[in-house]
Amino acid sequence: MSDGILVFAEHRAGAFNKTTFEAIAAAQGLGAEIKKGVTAVVLGAGMSDLANEIAAYKVEKVIYADNEKLAEYTPDGYADAMERVVRAADPQLVVMPHTYLVRDFAPKLAARFKKDLISDCLRAQATNGQVVFSRRIFLGKMDADVVAGDDAPVFATFQSGAYRSEQAEKGSAAAEVETMAVEVGAVRMQPEPAFQEVKQAVDLTKADVIIAVGRGIKGQENLALVESLAQALGGEVAASRPICDAGWLPIDRQIGSSGQTVAPKLYIALGISGAIQHLVGMKNAGTIVAVNKDAEAPIFDIADYGIVGDLFEVIPVLTEEVKKLKG
Amino acid sequence: MKILVLMKQVANKDAILRINKDATWIEEGDLSHEVNESDGYALEEALRLKEKGGSGEVVVVSMGPQRVKAVIKDALARGADRAIHILRDNLSQLTPFVAASTIAEAVRAENADLILTGLQSDDHGFAQTGVILAELMNLPHATIVIEVDASGENLRVKRELESGWYQWYSMPKPALLTIQSGISQIRYATLKGIMAAKKKEIREVAAATDDAGQASQRITKIYFPQKSKQTQFLGDGDAKKGAAQLAEKLRTEARII
Ligand SMILES: Cc1cc2nc3c(=O)[nH]c(=O)nc-3n(C[C@H](O)[C@H](O)[C@H](O)COP(=O)(O)OP(=O)(O)OC[C@H]3O[C@@H](n4cnc5c(N)ncnc54)[C@H](O)[C@@H]3O)c2cc1C
Repeated sequence: MSDGILVFAEHRAGAFNKTTFEAIAAAQGLGAEIKKGVTAVVLGAGMSDLANEIAAYKVEKVIYADNEKLAEYTPDGYADAMERVVRAADPQLVVMPHTYLVRDFAPKLAARFKKDLISDCLRAQATNGQVVFSRRIFLGKMDADVVAGDDAPVFATFQSGAYRSEQAEKGSAAAEVETMAVEVGAVRMQPEPAFQEVKQAVDLTKADVIIAVGRGIKGQENLALVESLAQALGGEVAASRPICDAGWLPIDRQIGSSGQTVAPKLYIALGISGAIQHLVGMKNAGTIVAVNKDAEAPIFDIADYGIVGDLFEVIPVLTEEVKKLKG
Repeated sequence: MKILVLMKQVANKDAILRINKDATWIEEGDLSHEVNESDGYALEEALRLKEKGGSGEVVVVSMGPQRVKAVIKDALARGADRAIHILRDNLSQLTPFVAASTIAEAVRAENADLILTGLQSDDHGFAQTGVILAELMNLPHATIVIEVDASGENLRVKRELESGWYQWYSMPKPALLTIQSGISQIRYATLKGIMAAKKKEIREVAAATDDAGQASQRITKIYFPQKSKQTQFLGDGDAKKGAAQLAEKLRTEARII
């Protein structure tokens, strides 16, 4: 019978990323609630050191699946290897971080079990053994509680930041590491080395004040308004992704999961809805101000000050008032 | 090259969402819709690949009730050559595996060289349908693609990784790619395009699979998220007054001015 929780540990360039420990924390928390043990899985080629690192955490076992085709990530390789591990371990729940890598191969893995993922979850809670997962829908505007169908395994991925990596509990003694030689079929994709684009022209991480605009600004011609506010406050202009996608501002001014991560003293979000991919890039700012005509916009969830209204009315007045106060 | 583009119709981004009676989805009756953002970019990329290649066909595929014809017609006006409309009423209840299975049955016989989809939908945000479809059709795939080079024997695609990292992957055709917003600038439909679209074929296909009881997940309740921070709302609905109060707060409380 399917039993226990399997948690996927993701690594790149010889190190686990933070979301792996968040996933472990999620699995441990759920395991405690439904009274099931947690097994961690690490995929790789000659990477048993990494498996030993995970064995320090409070898990029943670490499965280290080894194959030379797993030296580098490919969706074919990872899906094959994970399928073997899941079939062997026969868990009732598979927990993974919702990273770009997991998004790339895990739906393929789930499809081999005629399933899909309960993806990008924020929370999971068990009542009477039934786990209820909560995920955000409509770009952050609403939450949905979701339950899985009856058949094991259930595949769930958790959003970055949903659990705290420090909550991942260490064990009192190292867990057993089981090395599994897994079969991997033909790998059709060939990766080249990962790279970063040439150094950014503007380093927004150094700015104390950031004025960020989103799609609410409507047109490129309106950016001048924002520049004048930035000037009055002595800050830098930044943007949400659609503004950079449209070419209205260069990509090095994009804030978020695929842009820069900043923590200025003041972040003013103008006409930005507050999708998670944006929030991860700025939620640690000291003071957050949101201006949005939609009172339900998710950006208000993390704002210290909010103005529900038209940004075109707010910006000129704010610019003038700031100038006055600065004398 | 024959390219299929999967396009989904979703709630308009600026629509006011209301929760339905049994709180399992939003009220759809009077909702305005639009094409899912990244799917629009997938179409643009398909049109550009066809233009670069000098020949080929772009076929748009959309699933849903009659209302999704709006998405199809718009895609045809922008330059897609023909369309397949997979008829399904309960679009919002489809899980990614069921959706992908239905699409696979409907498009398998097309034997496309390339299938493009957006990287996720703006409503459910599953981010899975494309990848599952690739698996069901036994195609190699890549997700979160921001550049495509189809000039060689193999495809070469640039993928976005987290925090400013990128990676190129090569793979044989046929393949499936999920496209990230911003891959290129989207064209507008011209009047000529809109006229031409009227003569293009839209083939309706009845959804083949009966998937009752197959779903591996089900929504029990939707609701507005709980606020995690105490927000001080300023201006009381008067934006200008709010702006003046904000300047004052930035000086006295946040001490930034
Ligand atoms: C893999 C992936 C990576 C991504 N990476 C990033 C990223 O790095 N950064 C990023 O920002 N996004 C990213 N996104 C996109 C993200 O999901 C959202 O689509 C995006 O952040 C939305 O931008 P927005 O808030 O400007 O636009 P919208 O969501 O359209 O919001 C516009 C807001 O403006 C308000 N508004 C409109 N008019 C006015 C007015 N006159 N006055 C006041 N308010 C007004 C509206 O009420 C609305 O809330 C990513 C998505 C994915 C899937």
